[in-house]
Amino acid sequence: MATIAQREAAPGGLWSRMSLGQKQVMWAWGFLAVPLIFYAVIRFWPTFQAFYLSVTDWTITRPASFVGLENYKRLLADPLFWQVFRNTFMYLILGTPISLGISFVVAYYLDRVRFMHAFIRALYFLPFLTTAAAMAWVWRWFYQPVPIGVINDFLASFGIPQQPFLRSTTQALPAVLAPAVWAGLGFQIIIFLAGLRAIPVTYYEAARIDGLSEGAILRKITLPLLKPTLVFLVVFSSIGFLRIFDQVYNINSNDPGGPLNSTKPLVLMIYQTAFSSYEMGYAAAQTVVLFMILLVISLVQLRIMRDR
Amino acid sequence: MRFRHLLASVALGVAALAATGAKAVEIEYWQYVFDTRVKAMNQLIAKFQEANPDIKVKQTTFPYADYQTKVAAAILAGQGPDVVQLFYGWTDNFIAGKMIRPLRAEAFPAADIERDFFPIISAMKRGNDYYGLPTAVRSLALFYNKKAFKDAGLDPNNPPKNLDELVAAAEKTTKRDASGNIVSAGLTLDMAGQDHQWWREVLVRQYGGVPYTDNDTKVAYNDEAGLKALTFYTDLQKKHKVGQVGFMDEGQAAFRAGLAAMTIDGTFRLGSFNTIKGFEWGVTELPANAQGVRSNYASYFANAITTKADGEKLAAAEKFLTYVSSPEAMKIWMDVVGELPARRAAALTPENTAHPIYGPFLKGLEYSRTTLFKDEAAQRQVAIDMANRVLIGGEDPKASLAKAAEAEQAIIDRAKR
Repeated sequence: MATIAQREAAPGGLWSRMSLGQKQVMWAWGFLAVPLIFYAVIRFWPTFQAFYLSVTDWTITRPASFVGLENYKRLLADPLFWQVFRNTFMYLILGTPISLGISFVVAYYLDRVRFMHAFIRALYFLPFLTTAAAMAWVWRWFYQPVPIGVINDFLASFGIPQQPFLRSTTQALPAVLAPAVWAGLGFQIIIFLAGLRAIPVTYYEAARIDGLSEGAILRKITLPLLKPTLVFLVVFSSIGFLRIFDQVYNINSNDPGGPLNSTKPLVLMIYQTAFSSYEMGYAAAQTVVLFMILLVISLVQLRIMRDR
Repeated sequence: MRFRHLLASVALGVAALAATGAKAVEIEYWQYVFDTRVKAMNQLIAKFQEANPDIKVKQTTFPYADYQTKVAAAILAGQGPDVVQLFYGWTDNFIAGKMIRPLRAEAFPAADIERDFFPIISAMKRGNDYYGLPTAVRSLALFYNKKAFKDAGLDPNNPPKNLDELVAAAEKTTKRDASGNIVSAGLTLDMAGQDHQWWREVLVRQYGGVPYTDNDTKVAYNDEAGLKALTFYTDLQKKHKVGQVGFMDEGQAAFRAGLAAMTIDGTFRLGSFNTIKGFEWGVTELPANAQGVRSNYASYFANAITTKADGEKLAAAEKFLTYVSSPEAMKIWMDVVGELPARRAAALTPENTAHPIYGPFLKGLEYSRTTLFKDEAAQRQVAIDMANRVLIGGEDPKASLAKAAEAEQAIIDRAKR
């Protein structure tokens, strides 16, 4: 039945009047439409929604009404926002160079190791596979005071005074950052290794024949040719540190972002505003600010590190 | 032929199902996942359905995280529960969101509620209407490790009765290593746990102040009493060195591990502490002050009827709510969950008040207060930060107290809008 109906409808239909090329285009768009619509509905629509919400005072339970730039004004006047802003940039400024530095050194030497190369590489990659929440909990216990904290027990056994770590406003942020850096290393090492492998061996051979030192080879050949890899990793890891959340939330879940907000990143502030205080409008305004920061930083980095 | 038979029987089956479905009203009950609570509710539902064969209750549970978000989203979408469990402190939010409806006075007369329940029920009242009824209530008490008491030469059957005795017992039971680090605390200090309630509703009052005025909308602890209460609390770490915020990560963890001699916690901790194998522990009322003044903080989850329930579902929901807040249900809840009955008559039986564990909690209920939180998490954070500024930042308690009062007032004012 169905096939007959199709055949009957076919002669006068729009489809039959199309050329083969047009039909192919139609098919292509038909398939492309699925991910495009998905992307538009799941990604772009909520993004625009967030922009709209940021100028309302929606609280989930009360209907939203337009408040103009009230949320942004409140944000700029909120000392917590500026503290959180500083913290977020501390994660970025400390996290990105440290993690890239360590992972480059590891990759640079691991590249020369032949013995059990794959195994060692896998070991470095392992933390990247671990759930951030689980890792944060393990490190949370590492940092405890005596008698249960491994690090403090170690310090105490050498007669060194125990350190407050997570209970200090100055030590807490680096303490939270350490597991985040450690966990990200594996991924960065793999990318660096791939970048190093992509540099033609002939360049090195020529340089060695010309008698260049190892340091000069590193500066004149390896690093310049590694630039695309570096750009990718800088942008990728910067965005990662600007969006840090799981580690911070889980390492101190009784006082998330504490003590005294010294480890609170912007994403955690957004989360608490939205899902603990239910001030959705205010949280949306914070989200818009985070979006702008991420956008600007990514653009600036891409511009600075672009090949000229 | 055979196919037609099959079709007929399927149709008959569907019709039969539809008929029975139409006869029984199905209402939905929502609460968060907590093993014993779910178990207790299953028992209550079974009993209720036995007595009311025309009503079916479906229990839906979900993780505690994002509780309000989920319930709000479901009800506003016309889905979700007919009867819902909510923390008393969320009542304003739920009313503002038109998620729950006032209990009909004909079904739940206010005079009866006020006569039968503990006074903390007033936290569910707005104007003349009650918006929900609890099955069980929770209060605070002092847990103490009897073994640690014995080891320190204290009488394990004579726990501290007042604040001075508390400090003295804590000093005796604290153990330190050669460098002075605490290896076993006398008293846990954990503002993120229950200490903020102890400070707010108990210590402030014991030093002669009140935490709030005007129905808990004006912060009133920024005075001499508040300062004394805060200094007492922070001195436990700074001066007496009997505890340390963050020791063993959490107060309850330290107590469980046998590394803290005393901790202040609620009835909801009984389930967890009941599994302690290493030592025997006891419970006593929160210490009084020198003049014998006592206070306590009580809280509860109430059951409320949502705006989604109407017609025959509303009638069924009312019947169900009546049952889950009946003395019989409270008894079951206490046996299974370990939480105290919300009705005086069911709670204050001679058997209960003489109970070595429930007794002190029940005594606490008589003089307990309930803080009308606007944003519990944020208000708790204010207390955590207040103590941290003194303990970590070395700030003057007076300045820290003033900052806390200002921050908390801002939270309350914002919620009022």
